[in-house]
Amino acid sequence: MTDAAELRERTRALLAEHPPASTGRLDFLRARFDAGLAWVHYPEGLGGLGAPRSLQAVVDAELQAAGAPDNDPRRLGIGLGMAAPTILRYGTEEQKRRYLRPLWTGEEVWCQLFSEPGAGSDLAALGTRAVRDGGGDWVVNGQKVWTSSAHVARWAILIARTDPDVPKHQGITYFICDMTDPGVEVRPLRQITGEAEFNEVFLTDVRIPDDRRLGGIGDGWRVAQTTLMNERVSIGGMRIPREGGMIGPVARTWRERPELRTHDLHQRLLTLWVEAEVVRLTGERLRQQLSAGQPGPEGSGMKLAFARLNQEISGLEVELLGEEGLHYDDWTLRRPELVDFTGRDAGYRYLRAKGNSIEGGTSEVLLNIVSERVLGLPAEPRTDKDVAWKDLAR
Amino acid sequence: MTDLLYSEEEEALRVAVRDLLTDHCDPAGVIARTESDTPHDLALWKSLADAMGLAGLLVPEELGGHGASHREAAVVLEELGRAVAPVPYLSSAVVATEALLACGDDELLLRLASGRAIGVLAVGLHIAPGGAFTAVRSEGGALHGTLTGIADAAAADVLLVPADDGGLHAVDAGAVTVTPQVSLDQTRPVATVTLDGSPGRRIGEAEPAVRRALRAGAGLLASEQLGLADWTLTETVRYLKERKQFNRPVGGFQALKHRLAQLWLEIAGLRAAARGAADALATLEDADVTVAVAAAYAAPVAVHAAEEALQLHGGIGMTWEHPVHLYLKRAKADAIAYGTAGRHRAALAELVDLRPPL
Repeated sequence: MTDAAELRERTRALLAEHPPASTGRLDFLRARFDAGLAWVHYPEGLGGLGAPRSLQAVVDAELQAAGAPDNDPRRLGIGLGMAAPTILRYGTEEQKRRYLRPLWTGEEVWCQLFSEPGAGSDLAALGTRAVRDGGGDWVVNGQKVWTSSAHVARWAILIARTDPDVPKHQGITYFICDMTDPGVEVRPLRQITGEAEFNEVFLTDVRIPDDRRLGGIGDGWRVAQTTLMNERVSIGGMRIPREGGMIGPVARTWRERPELRTHDLHQRLLTLWVEAEVVRLTGERLRQQLSAGQPGPEGSGMKLAFARLNQEISGLEVELLGEEGLHYDDWTLRRPELVDFTGRDAGYRYLRAKGNSIEGGTSEVLLNIVSERVLGLPAEPRTDKDVAWKDLAR
Repeated sequence: MTDLLYSEEEEALRVAVRDLLTDHCDPAGVIARTESDTPHDLALWKSLADAMGLAGLLVPEELGGHGASHREAAVVLEELGRAVAPVPYLSSAVVATEALLACGDDELLLRLASGRAIGVLAVGLHIAPGGAFTAVRSEGGALHGTLTGIADAAAADVLLVPADDGGLHAVDAGAVTVTPQVSLDQTRPVATVTLDGSPGRRIGEAEPAVRRALRAGAGLLASEQLGLADWTLTETVRYLKERKQFNRPVGGFQALKHRLAQLWLEIAGLRAAARGAADALATLEDADVTVAVAAAYAAPVAVHAAEEALQLHGGIGMTWEHPVHLYLKRAKADAIAYGTAGRHRAALAELVDLRPPL
């Protein structure tokens, strides 16, 4: 059993052996991984010590105080939040050893090849085909979309159809795809904000050796549940101070520029300020439930609440700015590596927030999930469950 | 950091109160009582206040109370809201008790805490914390004047009356005339209180005592609204799983599922806000802001929940026989009680420096 004192001890030993001031960033991160202090709840030998997840904060605090470099987790969201837990749960020993270390240090960035033009909310209907050739490799053809980081990624988690003759959930297999393979073509997908945060990814005769399969053949949907579950956890899991979200910049503008105030905007601002504070408290309550070991169903609702709130607040902000609201900071096609709501103007926030109710599960699907799984209401009628994928309407 | 959860003791308290209410406060009985001459259920009050000792939760043990806190009182109010129970708990065990704690009147506190007497603060139910309230005329120890919109006055043994000498006066209910007003919410009826030379005993300064009492009232009302909203959602979900039209359970239609999921989301927010307010009142950390947030959020959610419950019950929801109207009336009256959401937002504008246009 690893306790806080022991972790503190180990962290100090790491710092003594690899002083951040005189150690290269990557060398330090590798040493930290090898010392089991990367993610302490992971197993020994894979960057962790099998310790409770809550004790990571002890390590992080020590390292931060010592000025140690971190792995810039915001750049590695898909790798850390989605690929890693899936590899940990379903990967072979060899796969875990090969992929997890460079994933965590950021030497290798990951992206996710799940959504397709014809498979959005109905992800299990995906049509990218993986066919096994005589040598045992898989040959993949198809198109993926909404792929953030594809242009910088070394690896992708990929789900593809390996059996079109069975119902859609059964014929999917999960792979690790090498983004440097010649058959992988990444094209920027420009958004309403002007930038290209996402990509389209075209896969043409991409060869994937069978040792890059994750989980059993036809078992990909089950494996993908681990990935998607972790996506929702990471979306709802942050702790936020009062006025820490999108309400912050609006409240500051209101205070600093009294000439912009109107009575109508005042009422709307106060209503949204209250709602933002309530959503913050709801998130805080969820975290308290999790740390007390009694997870509540509130998590399913957090993304819904944030999406609506972000959209309404950013819409109010554009109006509040009056003449300035007619402007936009920059329409040039940029390819950002991460979404930064606060680094841009109100117009950007307004446009980007529109995606909050679409990405990572639409609000409409999430309302179905809440009503069925939390409230126990009848599920939507299904006509696709027992039909072979190849016979589905499309 | 604010504790937004329920402790094991708080959950045990909830179970005990719910058991009592299940046995002694069923919807049909509450409806029948609204048509009687005794709108308050004094037998139920005696069980809660005296037998279970819940009237003294906010009163320190050395003054004859239970030395618990607003967190426990909030749990009791959740359950009372869930049952729209016609008992003067919020009026006597919270609002009047807070006023007496502010004044330091140990003798009256003991009577209220033991449940032997029901106390009522004679300030209109619609007044928000910090709002202007009516004071009666004080002439040589005798009080003169008329106060309206006083919740639960009909059940009071003692009234705490603000007078124009700046004092809060304890007045025996036998010395005033209480005239029931026909009330929107018959489970928390309001009345006119007329003082015609009534003898009063000055117990302290009115302004700080009233402000403190109304802040606690507004903050803990959110827990009552939570219980009320939670009941309407639970009952509507139950009904819509059972009710069939077009050869399907009505609860399977997506238009309705989404409305219920939306309500669930609002109520999850209300639970966090109400727990926040109860905890802030108990610890006195950031209480003004936290109470105003809860009060501003709770009223629209509770009204929305009750209105949706009525609509989604269809025709049966419009009948006197079905209890959903009790919840609608309570929710709408609660939206005015201790200040509307708009009043609390206006208070926040000052508290968090989001001031109106110049």
